[in-house]
This record gives sequence, structure tokens and C-alpha cells, in this order.
Amino acid sequence: MAMNKKVADVHEALQGVENNMTFMLGGFGLCGIPENAIAQLVSLGVSGVTCISNNAGVDDFGLGLLLQNHQIKKMISSYVGENDEFERQMLSGELDVDLIPQGSLAERCRAGGAGIPAFFTPAGYGTEVGEGKEAREFNGKPHILETALTADFAFVKAWKGDSAGNLVYKAAARNFNPLMAMAGKITVAEVEELVPLGELDPNQIHTPGIFVQRIFQGVNYEKRIEQRTVRQKA
Amino acid sequence: MSLSKEQIAQRIAQEVQDKQYVNLGIGIPTLVANFIPEGIDVEFQSENGILGMGPFPFDGEEDADLINAGKQTVTLEKGAVIFDSATSFAMIRGQHVHLTILGAMEVSENGDIANWKIPGRMVKGMGGAMDLVASAENIIVAMMHTNKKGESKLLKECSLPLTGVGCVKKVVSNLAVLEVMKGRGFKLLERAPGVSVEAIVNATEGSLLVEGDIPEMQF
Repeated sequence: MAMNKKVADVHEALQGVENNMTFMLGGFGLCGIPENAIAQLVSLGVSGVTCISNNAGVDDFGLGLLLQNHQIKKMISSYVGENDEFERQMLSGELDVDLIPQGSLAERCRAGGAGIPAFFTPAGYGTEVGEGKEAREFNGKPHILETALTADFAFVKAWKGDSAGNLVYKAAARNFNPLMAMAGKITVAEVEELVPLGELDPNQIHTPGIFVQRIFQGVNYEKRIEQRTVRQKA
Repeated sequence: MSLSKEQIAQRIAQEVQDKQYVNLGIGIPTLVANFIPEGIDVEFQSENGILGMGPFPFDGEEDADLINAGKQTVTLEKGAVIFDSATSFAMIRGQHVHLTILGAMEVSENGDIANWKIPGRMVKGMGGAMDLVASAENIIVAMMHTNKKGESKLLKECSLPLTGVGCVKKVVSNLAVLEVMKGRGFKLLERAPGVSVEAIVNATEGSLLVEGDIPEMQF
């Protein structure tokens, strides 16, 4: 019988969250972000935290909400272009920021979950990103050593899940979620729909439940669109 | 006449070959998809986890879960596939993606590119650009030849923090098509219609190699 990871709600799901912890948060822009967990982090008011997330939300949504509250001490991201408050806090030195190439960020999370402490990548060689990192040539090409990332809590968002913690993502909302799910000491998955055990096709599961410690069905998803681009019917 | 952004995209589209997987950066590169010639079979990769990305959705059919790397709502072509970010960059670093088209603030005659940071002023981050330029076999840069003050963005050496070293193969600007001859300079291949060689020489700080008659771009 599969283990039961189901918790009642976001309050129970975030028990044990404390100041100065390191969190991973899935999502790309506002697509596939753990909206319920973020709202709960705001309401808990934890401070001094390090957030590993590809982006930092926008001023009034996503991780931008934690930034507005000055709850974040350090961000580890690849792109933060849509957030004025982020840029202001970074340029003024209030916020410690580690900007790293997106592929390295993804692989560092994957490595953290996969028991690989470090790897060599060509991305960032010869740039600020490579400064102070071990460089080595493979097949005549220079690479830099990047280390794995893990987190006290990983917050991920999926489309469907079951009580065993198995997850299925929808479309491009998958992005960093499966990798961060692997790298959390405690991984909290929020899903749009918690389905009965056995309903998910084992052949179609994206994140095996072994990577997930707590799962709950989220509420009130806003799923805000950052750039609404359309074409007109001819 | 200096090219419009659409015309830069249109000229770059001529560089795309049949059966290529192509990654388009944000800005002018995104427009390249609109100008792919009939009969050329390409698939667009978006580094947030899509292969087989289609055009913008019809009004009312937008899906918040389906965006491109520029966070714009998009659609999927038949045969499209979704994957996580690590798999996406395996495609990029592993050179399974054939062609990368991206924007730049500066390019040097060595093929260095800078496009992610202006110290103390603008810090948006590199996103996937460092992974893309470090690995792509073929990199074409879409850019304006000069900045708003009229200063050249094609330089002997980049002044801004680098995104990648010695990686740019070709530049299509609003004035010219240029090939990066590593260590020698920018070789002028084509001029924008009505733009003189002299105007391009004046707008290029890096070494410009001009050999014989330089044809105008054809559209």
C-alpha cells in the first residue's frame, strides 16, 4: 500500500518552516508557481530566508509578495527582469543576489536531488559566473565546476497528484518543479486536483511520489498571465 | 535605409535551414518565427520546456500554463512536447538544438557577447543565454548596430560583463550582415538596402573587413 503523504491544508503543509531557512520554489515567471505556499509564507512572516527560484515574481504577485515584506535575505535566480522591487533591493544592497545561468540552476537542483555533488558545464566560462570556480578543459573546451543545490523545503505546484505524492504537471507549468521536488529535504507539493490513489496512470507520472513528503489540494489559483499575447482570427 | 526590427528578423529567417531545431531569444529573435520560408521544416525550442512551439493563441484561447521563455502566451504545434528545465538545457548544452538566435547589447570582433547586465544600472540576469551561447554550434545575433547615442555596439572588446566568449558566428543588424572572423574582425557580407559601406564603417568600432563589392540584402 502506498504511503499517505496527504495533509489537510497549506497550514499543515508548511509546519516546521522557520526563519533563515533555504527554500526552493518551482515555476517559470508566474507559470507553475506554488501560489498557496507563497501566500502562507507571507502570512507566517518568516524572514531572513534564501529563495532558490528561476525568477522573483512580479511586484505584486509570486515571490514579489515576499520581497515587498522584506522576508528574503538572498535570492538565487537566473532572471529577475520583471520585478522593479527586486532590482531596487538588489542595487541598494538590501538583497543578496546570486544570478546563475538557467541551465546551471536547473542542473544544480537536479544534481542536489540525484546525489551528485557537483558537475562541469561550459556555461559561464570566461564570465563573472566563472570567477572563483574551478575550471577544467574537456575535449578541448573549458568548463567550470558548479555545485549541487538542496533546500530545507521545496515548494512545487502540479496539476494532479495523489496521496502517494505522485505528480503530473500541465504544459509549460512543469519547468523547474520536477527538479526542485527532488532536491527538497521536505518537498511540499500543492496540486490543482488531488485524485484518488490508482487514478493516475503509472506510465504518465512526471514526479514519482518518493520525492514528495507532503501533498495537498490548493485553493483559489489565480494563474496570472504575465504577457498576454494573442493573434486575431483572419 | 536602416532596417526595422521586423526586417532584421526577416533577414535572419533566411539563415534558418530545413530540419533545424531552433531556439529564439526574447525581442527581435521571437519575430523570426513569422518569416520562415514555405517548405522549410523547423521546430522551435523554448527553454522553459517546449519543443514544437506554435504562434500566439487566438484571443480567448490563452492558457496561463502555456507560455514561452518571454512569458508570452503561446500554442503548441502538432507533435510538440513538454519537458522540465533540466531536459531543456540538456537539449541546448548537448547541441541537439542546432541554431540559437538572440539579442545583444554588445558583440566584440572576437565573437564575445554581452547582454545581461549593466553594472549599477540594469541587472536582469542572464536567464538561459549563458548556457545557450556556451554550447550552440551556430549563434546568430540580432541587434541594432549602434546605441541611442549613436555609439557602436560592434566593438573591439565588449565593455559590459560578458555572457559568453568567442561564440557569436554571425550578426544581423539594422545596417548589415556580418560574419565574425575570430581574431580578425567583422567581415561585411551584406548591406541594408540603401546603406553605404562608409556608413557601416563609421558605425563599427571593431575591425571591419570589407572585401570587394558588398551586395545589398535581398528580401
